[in-house]
Amino acid sequence: MSQPSIALTGSGAPTKGKRPATRSFWRNVLRRLMHDPVSLMCFAVLMLILLAAIFAPWIAPHDPYRTSMARRLIAPGDARYWLGTDELGRDLLSRLIYGGRLSLFMGFAPVILATTIGGTLGVIAGYVGGAVNMVIMRVIDVFYAFPSVLLAVAISGVLGAGVGNTIFSLTLVFIPPIARVAESVATQMRAQDFIEAARATGAANWRIVTAHVVPNVMSPILSYASSLISVSIVLAAGLSFLGLGVTPPEPEWGLMLNTLRQSIYVAPLNAVLPGVMIFITSMCFNLMSDGLRDAMNVKQ
Amino acid sequence: MLIYVLRRILYTIPIAMGVSMVCFALIHIAPGDPLNAIIPEGASPERVAQIRTAYGFDRPLPVQYLKWLGHVAQGDFGESIMTQRPVMSEVLPALVNTLTLASAAVLFGFMLGCVSGVVSGYLMGKPADRIVTAASIAGVSIPHYWLGMVLMVIFAVNLNLLPATGMGEGGSGTFGFGWDSLQYLILPALTLAVIPAGIIARSVRGTVAEVRQQDFMQTLQAKGLPGRRIFVHVVKNALPAVLAVMGLQLAQLLGGSILVETVFSWPGTGFLLNNAIFTRDLPVLQGTILVLAMFFVLINLVVDVVQTAVDPRIKRA
Amino acid sequence: MTAIANDIDPRDRGGPAQPLLIVEGLKKHFPIRGGLLGRPQAWVQAVDGVDLVVHKGETLGIVGESGCGKSTTARLLMQLMTPDAGEIVFDGDEVGALRGVSVRDLRRQMQMVFQDSYSSLNPRMTIEDSIAFGLIAQGKPVKEAKTRTTSMLRMVGLTPDMFAQRYPHELSGGQRQRVNIARALTMGPRLLILDEAVSALDKSVEAQVLNLLQELKQKLELTYIFISHDLNVVQYISDRVLVMYLGKAVEVGPVDEIYRAPKHPYTRALLSSRPSMDPRQRMSKPPLAGDPPNPINPPSGCRFRTRCPIAEAVCAQTEPALGVIRGAGNHPVACHAHRPGSGHSAAPSDGALH
Repeated sequence: MSQPSIALTGSGAPTKGKRPATRSFWRNVLRRLMHDPVSLMCFAVLMLILLAAIFAPWIAPHDPYRTSMARRLIAPGDARYWLGTDELGRDLLSRLIYGGRLSLFMGFAPVILATTIGGTLGVIAGYVGGAVNMVIMRVIDVFYAFPSVLLAVAISGVLGAGVGNTIFSLTLVFIPPIARVAESVATQMRAQDFIEAARATGAANWRIVTAHVVPNVMSPILSYASSLISVSIVLAAGLSFLGLGVTPPEPEWGLMLNTLRQSIYVAPLNAVLPGVMIFITSMCFNLMSDGLRDAMNVKQ
Repeated sequence: MLIYVLRRILYTIPIAMGVSMVCFALIHIAPGDPLNAIIPEGASPERVAQIRTAYGFDRPLPVQYLKWLGHVAQGDFGESIMTQRPVMSEVLPALVNTLTLASAAVLFGFMLGCVSGVVSGYLMGKPADRIVTAASIAGVSIPHYWLGMVLMVIFAVNLNLLPATGMGEGGSGTFGFGWDSLQYLILPALTLAVIPAGIIARSVRGTVAEVRQQDFMQTLQAKGLPGRRIFVHVVKNALPAVLAVMGLQLAQLLGGSILVETVFSWPGTGFLLNNAIFTRDLPVLQGTILVLAMFFVLINLVVDVVQTAVDPRIKRA
Repeated sequence: MTAIANDIDPRDRGGPAQPLLIVEGLKKHFPIRGGLLGRPQAWVQAVDGVDLVVHKGETLGIVGESGCGKSTTARLLMQLMTPDAGEIVFDGDEVGALRGVSVRDLRRQMQMVFQDSYSSLNPRMTIEDSIAFGLIAQGKPVKEAKTRTTSMLRMVGLTPDMFAQRYPHELSGGQRQRVNIARALTMGPRLLILDEAVSALDKSVEAQVLNLLQELKQKLELTYIFISHDLNVVQYISDRVLVMYLGKAVEVGPVDEIYRAPKHPYTRALLSSRPSMDPRQRMSKPPLAGDPPNPINPPSGCRFRTRCPIAEAVCAQTEPALGVIRGAGNHPVACHAHRPGSGHSAAPSDGALH
């Protein structure tokens, strides 16, 4: 094929030589995140908690389940039990470390499930539009009409305690807001010219959605979902606090808060310790999700 | 405008119906026979049969729903399994208590939020601003039930300044306006106030910064307009958004107060709900949730309409 | 002047005399919803009965003011919107009919280039992937699609090594538009619709892209529909020109005739509104009076009559037909003043040739 007679001009022409290094969107986001000190610090803290939870059997100084009536409610600062013991004589430090497992799991699992389900529903509703959109979004709106805590408590309340029930109820609570975000972005996407151009090529709808719509709606959806992780952790712990989440004797921060509450007059410091963990974890996730949002917001 | 309001109301009706359906379904997704869930203990066979026909338990689900809806519309939410009293007579006083608590919380939150929002808005970029921003992020991240416990430890247990639990002397059920009663309100209200405070602070901060940067403000400042007048202007611009947030937060707190009420044993709907869950008192559970959810829908509608009336630009489809 | 086909395109079904595209009675009305239940209360008559013919190998320019329905027409032809009424015949086969050509097949033969070069490209996809998408979606193996993409990039003047892996935001407007052209042509269409494709570009870049389009048309034996509001550009690139006003086609003809001797009062006003380079030629009053009427409630009869300097009573009563399909010569015009026996004082007498 002969070279065209049209010369190549215009701004943006690269310097002569090798192929320019171009960065994809996600690599740029990652790069920006790594330069943000707050996000890095939060990430470090969270990794610490996560790794401690994973390697709990090797790290925890005592057996988290072992009770001892003689050693109840020792105050923090003790030589053997660094953070003290709970109302049944179990080592608090060990229980906090182990507690990370369930607490983090119950924070992540509902959000991941809700993002998958809610994101799919929202994108379908947004892209297809019309009657499908109306039906899906009206049902979503009904669930959205409940205050989140109330809905979680209601569903968990009737289903009963247990990790599975809690995850189910929290997932149900998070699906509506995620679906709404997904639908709103997908609807905006649909009006874009490049989607029209893709339709003009005669491509099947599912192909257009997966190749064009999804990559573009992912960042707002993920950004929003990441902000829900901290809410999920606090809410899951809250349900356990009410006795609806994890059942005793499992170590979990919210449940610990619940059982220790009875002893708040006697051992106030012990009683508030599990909440510190919830607070730190939630705050770190919040800050990181803010950082993620900022990293994705910068116009390239 | 009127059309918009009517359309909004029209739109809310199916949502309210949907909410009622979810509440209705609650009894049926509970493990066990739904009939057993609402029969009080030791009820006579006649009573059981009476309930069975009244709620149509032997009929198909849609019929049951309609029967239930009929009862609800007349104010009959069934009877509490525990106390045998009509559910409404338990829910209504609790609702009043929760509203008291929520209103106080929103008020505290408003004051706290406005102050810190304005301060940080004026101090944008300076170190104090970062602290306030961090505080408001903390306010949103904090598990408020834990905060309640912390405040309780500090003020009630250690300093013995304020009572720890309950609503009045000896677990009184009514609420007055004297210090005797008010002192019980302070800790729970403050605890709950943190979340709206954080959100309001962020909203106010944003508006303050935005208004201050606007061209006409800089013109006014260059002309030497006193800071106070500028401040009034800032307030005028920030107010609609803040009011909306307050309304929404009030609604959210209705549902979210359950945890704090549990911590402080405040006899509101949350506390009632908690007890109902543990005693498996499903009629009370269902009734409370229905009332709270409907309130939420109603308040959202009011906030939406008021917001559009105040600022027609934000008309939503 | 129509290009001479060198060798017959294997997809050619009708032969050189068969117009590539015949459109009759194309209509699209958009509802305006309001009221309590959101029912349509009025209709925007965006495209209201447009007829046009495109011959093989020619460039048909479509001009008109903003809001006259040009872009809507383009989208209707591409079937990106479903027409409310009208028949489209592509190379002798009716689109959408049972024994005609399906919309899917139509898309293999007809493609479009949009105005906004940036929003026409997926910001998250590399140039190569954007161009290859259509072929892959049709089932071609990835390798073959990539090879075609590379050759297509070369054909529009972009070195594949330098551009294939880049992202849209790294390119200039002109480069992006070349990519859009490459993407449209990769599908191997016979007809390319260019909807204000150069309007957003700087003048120098615009000239380059126009020259590229001419070159490609020769090389690939294409037919163009070129939509623009820029009269000079349309004059430069078109063989024939169609003038649209308020959802209707009002005049069609060879480009020289239209620009030298426009017939329709609107065309005349449009052409005389072009600023002249000659300082001696100044206009004292604007050629067109008033604002364009509301497309929701167009004037009865001839739509242009409210701004027409020669409007008469008959213009309010009957709507003048364009007559492009039924053969009113090669320069039909929808104006009573040019229609023998219409009742207009300026109309030629019956039987006269014009």
